[in-house]
Amino acid sequence: MSHGNMNLTLKVWKQKNKDAKGALETYQVKGISPDMSFLEMFDVLNEQLITEGKDPIAFDHDCREGICGMCSMFINGRPHGPVKGVTTCQLHMRSFKDGDTIVVEPWRSAAFPVVKDLAVDRSAFDRVIAAGGFVSVNTGNAKDANNILINKDDADDAFNAAACIGCGACVATCKNGSAMLFVSAKVSQLALLPQGQIEKEARVLSMVGQMDDEGFGACSVTGACEIECPKGISLENIARMNREYLGANIKSKH
Amino acid sequence: MSKENFLQSSLGKKLVMGITGLFLITFLIVHVGCNACIFANDGGVLFNEVCHFMSHNFFIRVMEIVLFAGIFTHMIQALLLTMKNNKARPIKYAVTNGASNSKWYSRSMGVLGSLLLMFFVVHWAHFWVPTKVAVFTGQEENTFEHMKEIFSKEYVVAIYLLGIISLCYHLLHGFPSAFQTVGLNNKKYTPLLKKAGATFAIVVCTLFAAMPITVYLGIIK
Repeated sequence: MSHGNMNLTLKVWKQKNKDAKGALETYQVKGISPDMSFLEMFDVLNEQLITEGKDPIAFDHDCREGICGMCSMFINGRPHGPVKGVTTCQLHMRSFKDGDTIVVEPWRSAAFPVVKDLAVDRSAFDRVIAAGGFVSVNTGNAKDANNILINKDDADDAFNAAACIGCGACVATCKNGSAMLFVSAKVSQLALLPQGQIEKEARVLSMVGQMDDEGFGACSVTGACEIECPKGISLENIARMNREYLGANIKSKH
Repeated sequence: MSKENFLQSSLGKKLVMGITGLFLITFLIVHVGCNACIFANDGGVLFNEVCHFMSHNFFIRVMEIVLFAGIFTHMIQALLLTMKNNKARPIKYAVTNGASNSKWYSRSMGVLGSLLLMFFVVHWAHFWVPTKVAVFTGQEENTFEHMKEIFSKEYVVAIYLLGIISLCYHLLHGFPSAFQTVGLNNKKYTPLLKKAGATFAIVVCTLFAAMPITVYLGIIK
């Protein structure tokens, strides 16, 4: 494997703060190793900018292991770049060619305002979770494991829905800026389990209500979110949320 | 708990889109079935009989009103949803790559629907209006002869074919998506449903397209 031999042109969104008008700025990076992650390439660029006395590019990142959901770059028209099933931190420069021009933009959504450059405020997701994405449990001694029996298929589906890391790639890629894949995963992971039954109806009503209040769009079933999701969350969750929401509205006494 | 009115929620609006869409699909079966009567090639005897039944039967007349209500509800909901969806992304991306994750027609339902509406206006002016006028003035309308006259012009045949192509792509996405929206998605049945939807769209649209083509070419006399 050759090292440090890629020269790239980057067009990166620069925006001073939430209210400022941003624009794409062009940068040159040299000597990039194909084994670097996309974020490490940004670290090299930022080092270079700091040395030159310029403002480094703000971007979100945390674990860099593909599990926290913090990194959020829209790379050449796709969230988390061209590789399926990975977050930006797990995207490597070998997915690009020497001399490539790469356009990097923040998530674009009315519900995710840009904080600075590529960093966006995703607290709309936190408010959707706070609206109903929880179960009530009694405090006290821990219960025996396997006290409540759960069907294997349901346990698997719940686990697959719970794999959602809330990165927002679904919103970013959706032509309608819809958060349906995220919200449906969070509704499903609890609705499928016995512990989630008590608040089942109230949960889906509140979470969908909050989703709409935040200004996310509706679902056109293009399936883009499912393809771009780094955790492979399935569209079946959206169908389940549609069922849950209709059922909850029929049963609703308020 | 912020609970909103069901029909004002994004999910409720989509459900209305799905249900009206499925209803309009059932109408297409009736429409294409009636059209197919011209292929009897009996000088329009069977076709005109069916047309007479369709324009005079009480139940069909009531369903006609339901049908128009369905079409307009589908349109209005689409308009409301599109407005909401546009607001969800006020600043657009400089670069997007839709082809990497979805079919072009799934992203173009609004455009395809608008093309269909324009086609419907032409189509209603051609057939629906003269039929209504005939019914209300008590005249006997020879729809078959009227149709032959309309489909004798190249540009009319071209407009109809464009309308039918728009319908085909609208159905290719709309048919399976309507089931997803009403909450039906399942590993076992959804792949089958997608195939059934594609088959339905292609068969129905081929039959529709065959009508202006065969009449124009003089195969149906």
